[in-house]
Amino acid sequence: MSRTAAWEDPSAELHWEDQAQPRKGFFTDTSICIGCKACEVACKEWNRNPTDGSFELLESSYDNTGALGANTWRHVAFVEQDRDRITAARESGRQLVSLGMPGVGPPESAPSAGGAAEPPDLLAALEGGEQMDLTPPDTDEFRWLMSSDVCKHCTHAGCLDVCPTGALFRTEFGTVVVQADVCNGCGTCVAGCPFGVIERRDDGTVHPKAEREGAQRVEQDIPHQGTANKCTLCYDRMVVGETPACAKTCPTTSIKYGDHEDMVETAEARVRELHDRGMTEARLYGANPDDGVGGIGSVFLLLDEPEVYGLPPDPRVATKDLPQMYAAAGLAAAGMLAGVAAAFLGSRR
Amino acid sequence: MARFTPLEWPVLRQFRTGDATGRGPSVTSERTRTMRPRTEDADRVAQSVCPYCAVGCGQLVYAKDDKVIQIEGDPDSPVSRGRLCPKGAASEQLVNSTGRQTTVLYRAPKAKDWQSLDLDTAMDMIADRFLEARRNHWEDVDEAGRPLNRTMGIASLGGATLDNEENYLIKKLFTAAGSVQIENQARI
Amino acid sequence: MGNADCIVIQGSNMAECHPVGFQWVAEAKARGARVIHVDPRFTRTTAVADRHVPIRAGSDIVLLGALINHVLSNGLWFDEYVKAFTNAATVINDAYGDPEDLEGLFSGFDAETGAYDPASWAYAKADGSGEPAEPGEESQQDPTLQHPNCVFQILRRHYARYTPEMVTEACGISAEDFAFLADTVTENSGRERTTCFAYAVGWTQHSQGAQYIRTASILQLLLGNMGRPGGGIMALRGHATIQGSTDIPTLFNLLPGYLPMPKAGVHDTLEDYLDSVGTKDQKGFWANADAYTVSLLKAWWGDAATEDNDFAYDNLPRLTGPHGTYQTVMRMLDDEVDGFFILGQNPAVGSANGRMQRRGMSHLKWLVVRDFSLIESATWWKDGPEIESGEMRTEDIDTEVFFMPAANHTEKAGSFTQTQRMVQWRHQAVHPPDDATSELQFFHDLGLRIRERLADSGDPRDRPLLDLTWDYPVDEDGEPDPESVLAEINGRHLTGEAAGEPLSAFTQMRADGSTSGGCWIYSGIYADGVNHAARRKPGREQDEVASEWAWAWPANRRILYNRASADAEGQPWSERKKYMWWDAEAGKWSGKDVSDFPADRAPDAVPDRSLGGPEALTGTDAFIMQPDGKAWLFAPTGMIDGPLPTHYEAQESPVENPLYPQQQSPSRITFARDDNLSAPSAGHAGAGVYPYVFTTYRLTEHHTAGGMSRWLPYLSELQPEMFCEVSPQLAAERGLEPYGWATLVSPRAVIEARVLITRRMMPLTVAGNTVHQIGLPYHWAVGREAVITGDSANDLIGISLDPNVQIQDSKTGSCDIIPGRRPRGAEAQRLVDEYIERSGASVEAEARRISAPGVREGTETPLDEAHPQEGDPAEAGESHALRAEQDAGDHRKRTPREDQR
Repeated sequence: MSRTAAWEDPSAELHWEDQAQPRKGFFTDTSICIGCKACEVACKEWNRNPTDGSFELLESSYDNTGALGANTWRHVAFVEQDRDRITAARESGRQLVSLGMPGVGPPESAPSAGGAAEPPDLLAALEGGEQMDLTPPDTDEFRWLMSSDVCKHCTHAGCLDVCPTGALFRTEFGTVVVQADVCNGCGTCVAGCPFGVIERRDDGTVHPKAEREGAQRVEQDIPHQGTANKCTLCYDRMVVGETPACAKTCPTTSIKYGDHEDMVETAEARVRELHDRGMTEARLYGANPDDGVGGIGSVFLLLDEPEVYGLPPDPRVATKDLPQMYAAAGLAAAGMLAGVAAAFLGSRR
Repeated sequence: MARFTPLEWPVLRQFRTGDATGRGPSVTSERTRTMRPRTEDADRVAQSVCPYCAVGCGQLVYAKDDKVIQIEGDPDSPVSRGRLCPKGAASEQLVNSTGRQTTVLYRAPKAKDWQSLDLDTAMDMIADRFLEARRNHWEDVDEAGRPLNRTMGIASLGGATLDNEENYLIKKLFTAAGSVQIENQARI
Repeated sequence: MGNADCIVIQGSNMAECHPVGFQWVAEAKARGARVIHVDPRFTRTTAVADRHVPIRAGSDIVLLGALINHVLSNGLWFDEYVKAFTNAATVINDAYGDPEDLEGLFSGFDAETGAYDPASWAYAKADGSGEPAEPGEESQQDPTLQHPNCVFQILRRHYARYTPEMVTEACGISAEDFAFLADTVTENSGRERTTCFAYAVGWTQHSQGAQYIRTASILQLLLGNMGRPGGGIMALRGHATIQGSTDIPTLFNLLPGYLPMPKAGVHDTLEDYLDSVGTKDQKGFWANADAYTVSLLKAWWGDAATEDNDFAYDNLPRLTGPHGTYQTVMRMLDDEVDGFFILGQNPAVGSANGRMQRRGMSHLKWLVVRDFSLIESATWWKDGPEIESGEMRTEDIDTEVFFMPAANHTEKAGSFTQTQRMVQWRHQAVHPPDDATSELQFFHDLGLRIRERLADSGDPRDRPLLDLTWDYPVDEDGEPDPESVLAEINGRHLTGEAAGEPLSAFTQMRADGSTSGGCWIYSGIYADGVNHAARRKPGREQDEVASEWAWAWPANRRILYNRASADAEGQPWSERKKYMWWDAEAGKWSGKDVSDFPADRAPDAVPDRSLGGPEALTGTDAFIMQPDGKAWLFAPTGMIDGPLPTHYEAQESPVENPLYPQQQSPSRITFARDDNLSAPSAGHAGAGVYPYVFTTYRLTEHHTAGGMSRWLPYLSELQPEMFCEVSPQLAAERGLEPYGWATLVSPRAVIEARVLITRRMMPLTVAGNTVHQIGLPYHWAVGREAVITGDSANDLIGISLDPNVQIQDSKTGSCDIIPGRRPRGAEAQRLVDEYIERSGASVEAEARRISAPGVREGTETPLDEAHPQEGDPAEAGESHALRAEQDAGDHRKRTPREDQR
């Protein structure tokens, strides 16, 4: 399967047949995220995930859940930056454009149509013919970046490729989902994910701080203990055409959900628009089918280098070259067989 | 549980469905294949309003067997268009909170702890105390002989989280009882 | 807000506190609107704004006043709008004296009582004599705006010294930031464009909070941004129905619909009362206050309210001053209150001076707490900070405490009124568990039990309870039908053919007892027996006004004073900002909304003024609740602390008032007590003992005092611990470690918090000195029941109040900050006392109200000696023109100057 074909329809070779659906995904536009964490809560609430925190400050600005994990499937990062860093981000983003990075095309005069996000959408609002102030903004002294991270639902998903039990599967929507009733908790997938997203859920008991003697423990159900867990893109909602919980709740449409193709198109239009406004720090993440995971299902618009948000700059799935490796292994095996046969034949001489 | 059939053996399914690498339909479990959102189980969906701030976001409350199973934004609302903030999104945990106290508690003077009390007894005790406090601090007229018709022995605080109809009854009852020290969050 | 071209968010952290409402700002921004955030802190709102203008907490009037000055000095006002719809042309009487001439005070101040007599702020008689005009009387006008005593010229002089330099000096805002703000706001105002201001408690919670909002109103009126789409001043309120609980008030000073509670000596008879609320000869809808009042009395006392007994007017108890929640706490401490109901609030944590709140409760005979969980206001007697410190012992506390579990919003039906006056009905989804009940059921049941006990009473003081209409149908669980209550609020015809039928509008209310109605502004919500609050036509199937979703008071109107969206001739100011217009052919106002102007009043109509009421409104009297039909740039009545907003420093401030010798608002309300001392202000010895400004606020992840968030693991994990936000510079100055502990001391309390060092906090240079501000979220509390606990920021705050609305100043305070954890036990109070001693703070110092040296000579207009603080307009929260209005009526009748005539 060609790279572009996999990017457009990673489920194609899995023969979902009449159940097949267009690839679905997120577009997380961090330029309009207000860091409210509604996505974290709506996700936990819908999926009945236990809390993750130790109920102590994590020493990371307003972030107290830390990272994606077995329980936290949406995670909002907070990054405080000064002027030098903003200038550098603006320059690196500008260079990405001039290098013609995919998804960051040269500025066009008119932004193209918005994606499939629910109307009235912020981008759709742009098309009302209102006059737009296109003066490039002054470079601020300071900024506070917020970004909601989520499972990438990779085109070449490391977790899926290494799962020995069939607990992980690629759905008819092209997303990657763990089946808790199949998973035996072996943890192979944890090592297989280049983003550090999937994690095994422990018994999840969370204790209030030790100094508060006699305080209540937080009583909570811990479903699926010991199994691997991560974002399902709300598979149970998608099967009836419902929007995933995080995207539905997002107050500013920073999290959009829809057909992957539309999401990528919307994301590209948004980057162009921001560049037109002088915000050249904007760039897409995961919208490149040639990257080490074949592009991702949940694309992001970032305002700085991925590392700043805790995202790997060049994610690479260990199994990316698996087909070639299989081919090579096949050849080798054939050679070996031939050798063995030759040996037998030889011995019969 | 579906009846076992050899055709559902993963290995067979792998080849039967064409999902040769075993990463698609061939490995789905019964649970996965029948997965539906729990909102479909609701026997009642009530249109409601978020109880936190004053934006007034629409909520849909999904209930089953007289228990709330899910609360989501109401996409019909022109105020919120289906969206909720973290507090609104946590409303289900608010209503089903394990930290909720659902029975009456009473603390006697000087007591070190709570004791249980039945609702009817508690209501009678409060009604008795209400009338006593009203009497103890009644004022017919001020020092200039002008009518006051009030009691200063009872006060209340709260209302901004209650319903209009509730505030109306509170104000009506307290005013008729002559109590004027009625306040709520709007002053805080 | 989605229609605005520029949005100034000031005194609000909208993205954090109203995230879903913020979608409209985000949408306006995507359309190209500029968003400017004026705030002491760089918050999540700032992060997505176009510009942050950092400001010193408590200096907003200087900034807004300078914008007014900028508009007036550079000819940037919207001349046609100002002339058509405001009182700019009205001449003020000769006796008026401005703070510019009186060391920072207005004329009419009584230094003994600390109160103003507003008589000298009155309009001038139309005859040109310069004498004050009677209420309702025609006043002198100068359409050229040149008369030295016309409002426009007074405004010019009053704000002349509010310059960009003064903004830098007082607010710590750079000249460049000010220019950007001034240019952006003025460029986005006028015929084609509108600017919107959004505020929240960052404006109201000051000792002159109401004046903050007035300053913005003046600016918005000069720029023509009121009553128009994308304009206005948006109050962002923090509780589900804090608006509703002001409309149908659980407030001491109000009856439903902003009718005042009667005051002894002022409203002794129904006639006195009605004369003061709205006279028949004044313009606008308050002239019909008699119909609203009598309908309310009929709703409450039914057949017992007759013309012969003044419709049972004497059943209403009387006020003798402010009986607000803080005054009540003082009375608790004096053992003058026996019983206290706490209904979905947590004053032990959420009110200022927490120690005073908790100690006050320990003096009660009994306390009833109705809530979902065992909040700190229910458990202070066993695990509060005073128990921990040993100041109080559980076994010494005599207070009986009843915890009565409450039903939540899914377990009962009823209506909330959201921040734009829209009343939305909630349907019941499930039944409450165990003993949990709604407030409706609790109070209905309590009323039944009380009446049962009094059934045989012959005591006349029990008549109001026994005659009360209290016959609501109940279901099998004892829950009264909330729609039957809504129907009573809406009102009914009582006589004639339509007897028993619901009213369809407040205009049907009569003063002869033929109608009832519990809250006149809500009349129409149950028109035709239909619950309009429950209307749910999806927003996407309607235009942007969405008038078929729920119901907005009054009369389902979505923008108030929308007559002003058209020019004097009744034509839209521009195609782009078209909203309501005069349809000459049809002879009526039409447009997207319900016209709040009399529908058939032509723009050029000039009815006989003596008609009074709505009939007397001319075709350009867009501000239909005002007695003169005009929007008030200058408020001749209604404001306790002055007709024009004037900058004073907060009760506690490290800065000397750069504008006037008078440091603080002279008419602010203070409580000089040992347990409520204030830090000395700048210029006094000891001011350096509490060198830093602290300001308190909310976080997205929590809700107020935490009763609805700290018990929820999903919210608790997101913001688990009490922290303070400080700048790197302050951290260096005090040796604070990142995420280590800090101890904060004010003259009221000592608390501890984890330290969040961030560039989002920035020191400001004010009057040549560095001012450090410390940010404190106030959601935590000491206790044992919540998922997360911590010290409470409100314990630090002292009680000083805005005299208009009795709201405490919780946005600016003085404190010290030192590294490490706070002392435990008795040591804690010792530390507080040691600071107080060093600072010289004392009850005596507290009592000194006036710092302007020549005040007594300057102000010799007559005084209202009888009731210095009464007549407080005191609507709580925010100043709706409607309310200010009602208060206006209130004052007029009792000024001594009139008595002398």
